[in-house]
Amino acid sequence: MNADNNIIQMRADNMSAVNNKTISRELRRQRSAEISKVIRYIILTVGAFIMIYPILWLIGGTFKDNSEIFTSINFIPSHIDFKAYADGWHTRTQYNFGQYYLNTFMYVIPKIFFTIASSTLVAYGFARFDFPFKKVLFALFMSTLFLPQVVIRIPLYLMWKKFGLLDTYVPLIATSVFANEPFFVFMIIQFLRSTPTYLDEAATLDGCNSFQRLVFIILPILKPTIISCFIFQFIWSFNDFLGPLIYITSLVKYPVSLALKMSVDTSSGVVAWNQILAMSFIALLPAIILYFVAQKYFTEGIAASGVKG
Amino acid sequence: MKKSKVGLLYILPWLIGFIFLTAYPFLNALVTSFTDYNLIGSAHFVGIKNYLTLFSEKDFIKSLNNTFLYTLLTVPLQLAFSLLVAFILNFELKGIRFYRTAYYIPSILGGNVAVAVLWRFMFQQNGVVNYILGSIGIAPVSWFSRPVGAMTIVILLKIWQFGSSMLIFLAALKNVPKELYEAADVDGAKKFRQFFTITMPLITPTIFFNLVMQLNNAFQEFNGPYLVTGNGPLNATYMTSMFIYDNAFKYYRMGYASAASWVLFGIIVFITLILFGTQNKWVFYSDEG
Repeated sequence: MNADNNIIQMRADNMSAVNNKTISRELRRQRSAEISKVIRYIILTVGAFIMIYPILWLIGGTFKDNSEIFTSINFIPSHIDFKAYADGWHTRTQYNFGQYYLNTFMYVIPKIFFTIASSTLVAYGFARFDFPFKKVLFALFMSTLFLPQVVIRIPLYLMWKKFGLLDTYVPLIATSVFANEPFFVFMIIQFLRSTPTYLDEAATLDGCNSFQRLVFIILPILKPTIISCFIFQFIWSFNDFLGPLIYITSLVKYPVSLALKMSVDTSSGVVAWNQILAMSFIALLPAIILYFVAQKYFTEGIAASGVKG
Repeated sequence: MKKSKVGLLYILPWLIGFIFLTAYPFLNALVTSFTDYNLIGSAHFVGIKNYLTLFSEKDFIKSLNNTFLYTLLTVPLQLAFSLLVAFILNFELKGIRFYRTAYYIPSILGGNVAVAVLWRFMFQQNGVVNYILGSIGIAPVSWFSRPVGAMTIVILLKIWQFGSSMLIFLAALKNVPKELYEAADVDGAKKFRQFFTITMPLITPTIFFNLVMQLNNAFQEFNGPYLVTGNGPLNATYMTSMFIYDNAFKYYRMGYASAASWVLFGIIVFITLILFGTQNKWVFYSDEG
């Protein structure tokens, strides 16, 4: 009995010694964790400032005059004056930026609409059905995800030329009509794969055909992914420069990207740089607004398409 | 799932598009590359003449060199930055939304012409970048008139946009089971070592995905150099995609430009295949799916 008690006592002593050691180790670790946390914040904050400084500088520059633009690193202007916006908006061409904006939306909006409609159909087909040659077709689809677009650009141009559709927005929209921007289809497929099929099956038992299932079961759960498609297609087609550069030749049809490029090229001699900066900022504004309205969907969209890649 | 033709109906839009907007142009480019088609006359078969001419043309070789240099510098740096920032952001941090926004916003805006305009302003001889350099005692750099300077700003523009791959990494890091870190904490493993021993191996599939995608993009880079530096100075920022654009849409040498596009395509496919070949040496897939 006594011996047993001794042993228990010894064990307890040992335990507390071990505990003391772990406690001091724990303290040391906490301190070094604190330090590394501070370092992390410093790195992140300095980095973040460098990242957004150019944008802040651009915004500040729209209010500055020429001498201040080039000599001040302070992005906060010495005075606030919206004159550059008003003047820049009118441009040196016979059209103002309103026209160029309108032109841009002439293809951006159809592109978004068709992308969502066609990509949903195709993704639904690939994710929820088995059909003849599915393996081959899916492999072909996946290979287009990696296909360097540079190799098909010239024949496409020649094709649209043959159809007499150069200098129209048709070539810019067509790829979306036929779900040939695989990123979007892929994003929806990935999402559909991660959702259970029991609702589909229940609906089938209730006598729903495949299209009814798409409309009543699939579409509601796809909502966040569709919003992601909307956002990315908006930003990409709005920013697109090479497409319009190749296909749009007449000034009256110029989108914002071409108009902006032109305003930089043609401005020789004494130029009000702040006007160009002001129009640059106006060109960035839709994307900035969209980001802050729909932040969540940017992150989710990227994550969904990228992780399983 | 039992086989039925209904599925085919749903993928029909893509299939039509694939045939007419991808497969046909893809093969057509190859055929055109063996002709002297120049938009005006009819096409004559010239064999591999275009390809031979390409490799004896200084501008083309120069553009390939530039493209390789650009890719070799932008892709690893972009991957490193995006991984590092994602790693730091993955700790429980206050204000994560602010940081995420700050790092991601350049990626959203970067493709816009406005950013190229901005870059042209900032790197002027008397611009803000030289001003900042001057304040820390560095003599102003003529970014646009020196080959190295011009290439540097084009590369900086690309690296600045590491946000989307950062978000992809961040999502992958979130999937690394917390228990693994806890186990390592008990072992007293330092965060830095944890990163290389636990995190890195688990996210190699994501690194691979980002690597392939970014190589693909970098080899085809057009907007940055075209808008910021033109192709100058001394063709120092003349990329192969710009060479193709010039020949096709300025000089209308469609056959010649198609050949150049197939060379670029071949390079990209070759490198991608090599990467896929090395995959089983360093990419670890924990499970299927």
